[in-house]
Amino acid sequence: MKILKQIAIIFSICWISLVIEYFLPFSFPASVIGMILLFLLLLTGVLKIDKIQEKSDFLLSNMAFFFIPAGVNVMNYFDILRSTLVPLLVICIVTTILTFAATAFGVSMTIKLLNRRKNK
Amino acid sequence: MIELASSPFFGIALSIFTFWIGMKIQKKTGLVFCNPLIIAIVLVISVLLLFRIPYEAYNEGGEIINMFLAPATACLAVSVYTKIQILKKNWLPIMVGCAVGSFVSMTSIYVLCKLFGLDDTMAMSLVPKSVTTPIAVGVSSSHGGISSITVVAVLITGIFGNIAAPFMIKLFHVKDPMTAGLSIGACSHAVGTSKAIELGETEGAMSGLAIGICGIITVLYSLLL
Repeated sequence: MKILKQIAIIFSICWISLVIEYFLPFSFPASVIGMILLFLLLLTGVLKIDKIQEKSDFLLSNMAFFFIPAGVNVMNYFDILRSTLVPLLVICIVTTILTFAATAFGVSMTIKLLNRRKNK
Repeated sequence: MIELASSPFFGIALSIFTFWIGMKIQKKTGLVFCNPLIIAIVLVISVLLLFRIPYEAYNEGGEIINMFLAPATACLAVSVYTKIQILKKNWLPIMVGCAVGSFVSMTSIYVLCKLFGLDDTMAMSLVPKSVTTPIAVGVSSSHGGISSITVVAVLITGIFGNIAAPFMIKLFHVKDPMTAGLSIGACSHAVGTSKAIELGETEGAMSGLAIGICGIITVLYSLLL
């Protein structure tokens, strides 16, 4: 019953986020609404983390598994993939390096500014 | 045969079995290329092609597995919540870093897509590819991208980030473990985070935190697209 209760809590949050997505005037993925909702529930203390611990551990530790069907679906797009494979690889590699550099720059600049203000 | 393969039991059992094989192979080889998800996808596609089973038959079970994506994404909140103390202590550098990183990621992908002459469907499939798969897929599909292409791009990015992380740290002279962790998480999500955890405790925690924060920021930016 403990696990069933946890499933009920998490599935309810997911269903409520579907309802919210339906009424939002812009496109916002329901799964992310669910994430924000759950975060707020935890933050405000309405929901205690031990009420969903086991189910959430199960979902998080098997996250990759749930993407198998989405990945297998790529077999229906082999043609597109074949014709764009080189740009795809170049884009993935170049932008990953750029993102790393940009984040590192953002973080170290902020730390520097904070330190300078502290020293004044 | 096809009628029998159309039972949801077939797709689910095949997925679990191939994923289990993938986990075994990764444990044995220790290679990041041998990602269990990639192995499972390749094995499932091979089985379907070999026995001429249509994707639709497999997807009877696939849809049931898909259903767990939304709850799993929601639970990312739990992993951010458990790190709330470090987040509170360093919230400004974390937020600025993730905001700058996600912005550069999405902009550079979009510009490169246009330079390569890729169409909008392809561009939208790639734009969110630096964040964790559930959020990337959510953003991609709500903007007319192809989910499965997004999954592939997210995986390539993660594996590249994982391998390249130590070199990028040297290349950009990153000495602070917090900066290193956030940068790894921002550019290569969970697959990169597994490398960050090897580099150190702070790196790992920061990288894990960047997954959630960059995910949310990416969704917010995507509203402007």
